[in-house]
Amino acid sequence: MREGRFSMADNILYLTELAGLKVFDLKGRRIGLVKDAALVPLIDSARVDRYLVGGGWAWLTVRHDQVRTISLDGIYLRDELLTPYHPDEYMLRLVRDLLDQQIIDVSGRKVVRVTDVTFAIEHEQDHDILRLIEVDIGLRSIFRRLFQGILPRRWIRRLQNPIAPHSIPWEFCNIIEADPQRRLRLNITHKMLEKLHPADLADIVEELSPEDREAIFSAIDSEVAAEALSEVDPRVQASILESLEKEKAAEIVEEMAPDQAADVLAELEKETTEEILEEMEAEPKEEVKELLEFEEDTAGGLMNTQFIAVHQNATVSEAVETLKSNGDLLETLNTLFLTDSAGKLVGSVPLAKLFVASSTAPLRELCSDDSIQVSVNEKQEKVTELFDKYNLLTLPVVNDEGRLVGVITADDIISLLRER
Amino acid sequence: MLKRFRYHVGVFLTVIGPGIITANVDNDAGGIYTYSQAGAKFGYLPLWTLIPITILLIVTQEMCSRMGAVTGKGLSDLIREEFGLRATFLMMTALVVTNLTNVMANFAGIASSLELFHVSRYVSVPLGALAVWLLVVKGKYDNVEKAFLLACSLYVTYIISSFLVGPDWKTALIYSVRPVMMLDPAYITMVIGLIGTTIAPWMQFYLQAAVVEKGITAKEYKESRIEVILGCILTDVVAFFIIVACAGAIWANGPRDIRDAADAAVALKPFGKYAYLLFSAGLFNASLFAACILPLSTTYSVCEGLGFESGLNRSFREAPFFYWLYTSLIVIGAGLILLPNFPLVRMILLSQVLNGVLLPLVLIFMVMLINKRDLMQEWTNSRGYNFVAWISVAIIIGLTLALVGISLRDLLGAR
Repeated sequence: MREGRFSMADNILYLTELAGLKVFDLKGRRIGLVKDAALVPLIDSARVDRYLVGGGWAWLTVRHDQVRTISLDGIYLRDELLTPYHPDEYMLRLVRDLLDQQIIDVSGRKVVRVTDVTFAIEHEQDHDILRLIEVDIGLRSIFRRLFQGILPRRWIRRLQNPIAPHSIPWEFCNIIEADPQRRLRLNITHKMLEKLHPADLADIVEELSPEDREAIFSAIDSEVAAEALSEVDPRVQASILESLEKEKAAEIVEEMAPDQAADVLAELEKETTEEILEEMEAEPKEEVKELLEFEEDTAGGLMNTQFIAVHQNATVSEAVETLKSNGDLLETLNTLFLTDSAGKLVGSVPLAKLFVASSTAPLRELCSDDSIQVSVNEKQEKVTELFDKYNLLTLPVVNDEGRLVGVITADDIISLLRER
Repeated sequence: MLKRFRYHVGVFLTVIGPGIITANVDNDAGGIYTYSQAGAKFGYLPLWTLIPITILLIVTQEMCSRMGAVTGKGLSDLIREEFGLRATFLMMTALVVTNLTNVMANFAGIASSLELFHVSRYVSVPLGALAVWLLVVKGKYDNVEKAFLLACSLYVTYIISSFLVGPDWKTALIYSVRPVMMLDPAYITMVIGLIGTTIAPWMQFYLQAAVVEKGITAKEYKESRIEVILGCILTDVVAFFIIVACAGAIWANGPRDIRDAADAAVALKPFGKYAYLLFSAGLFNASLFAACILPLSTTYSVCEGLGFESGLNRSFREAPFFYWLYTSLIVIGAGLILLPNFPLVRMILLSQVLNGVLLPLVLIFMVMLINKRDLMQEWTNSRGYNFVAWISVAIIIGLTLALVGISLRDLLGAR
């Protein structure tokens, strides 16, 4: 039955070949052509569970265990008690739902469009099954699609050989489904997306349609969503937050750095901002609300409230204790601020100095000589100038009474300059 | 109330761009030639066609921008998702070929307009091509869009030059609303040409992509629609002044055929240096502008539809097909017209034939797509609108096919 010269490609089958393949009953009579194939991801994420066969007026469903052999010559059945096809919410129909649609290639960190699908034909003891191994993109699969039905299947296989294949392993493909109900039924999770770098996830999301963006943001963990949202283009940020359920939007905003949260909320319409603030926890809400009060192009609009200040009379060991209790800020922190009892800024200590000082040393002795600070009302231009002139990493911001109210960090300045 | 109004004005300013740019590129070298020819040969008579043209333009453009705003996807994306790869591939192939000839026509426009300023085409065309390539590859979207909007505003040169010619305004206004039909084959050909060249396949792809790129969503759609309509009207206002200028300058002194748009500019010489200079400068601006947009829009549509990496924010290594296609459209488009004895007229006729094959498909797909509820939700066409849309599409298809017939006749006759 099988010809030797195709032995290499014998154990694979493409979806374009499968669609249109003849189906034969036990006596070898043709009963129809394959129209589509479906996975049931809740049972098995890669095995073709059903073949949908069109013959007469209605489509029939062939279960995978009713098949004897599968090859380019057709599908031979071993059981011909076929049932009519009924649409089923648990089925992922490959031709209808996957072919020509966009998916996320998690390993390549980009959005791609599916041109074809490659199956492995696996021979179990008494029957053949198809297992989805790769999603094909690129020229080779385009060639295959274009000539399918025009040239014989075997010719196409030979002619395509000189073109380099371009495929993504099925386990790295993330399907995008806007309907949350269907997402559950098709067992689509975005766990893989959550492991991407937030900046990569942001790039991916920017390429999708608003509906798909919403689908992803409402499904992934709020903390990941917050980090990714911070990296997204401001215009897109606003449209994403607006499209989400208010509770989910609030959860995400809570996880964002307060200054970025305030920036995003400032882009939204007033009513939407208030609705989201309404849903937020008291503490982050107050911080964000305060930041929202400042004009966007001033130091107040740039700053965030994620800094650590200790009393000016504190010692190194006390400072370390304070740091320990603020574990969530440590990742980006590089300066410690000293304030008096009224909260007025009196000095700053570079974090690295704490390591080399004795634990009983008063912090005041470790203070940097310069005491650069800006008022909340200072203009953006002046702020960037200061950063450039003094090579700052962190710049403290004080209110009219001289009290420390926030800090501006170098990454804020880099984003600002990039926007221009 | 005032606050609402201010909000709308604010949103309007943020959505400005796509509609106005698309509609203005429509008045490219080919468009200007068609209008000049109409005015030179038939005077004020063809002016009535502008109102129906505007309506047809608005109906088609509005649907595209609505699809872009609601789905957030380009037209070639949607065609691929709903109609499959083969239909997309055939359309994209036809789109590349028609647009390549359009690019050629516009480089020819650059050449002939600058020759009026005594610049050799062997200088102007390569420099123009390089400028186009650099602007788009090295520029940022926002800046590029600003440059394009500036180019749009330069169409005002046609308005000024038509005032300098001093045509018969009263007659012009009367014939703008009084349809005149004549059974003269040349006249009918001209009317078909006017409408047939106004609505081109690339516009639908470009407009929808620009709406998506700009991040316009269903929420801002109200303002975006105004912008699209405004763009269509502005385009035909410019067309009006071109026809009127040529009617006043050429037809009034004896109707005749003109060879190309630069020929029309020369005919304006007796009306003063400025009328002539402005008309030529307008032609240069329009040609350069279209030569920027067409290759880019074609490349985006093809890459999207076929699933190749695209976008100027990607490097050459990440998106090789995108850069290759874009560069070859410019290089081939500019290079071929430098060949001596290159049969440009025949290429343009050929492109009109392909255009006529492609456009009906694009329009029919568009109306089918916009009526898909799972795609457009509550934004599908209403029944009344569908009626208008199908009638417009039928009219455009009929006229385009008629133009195909004429082009084929000329193409075979030219042998």
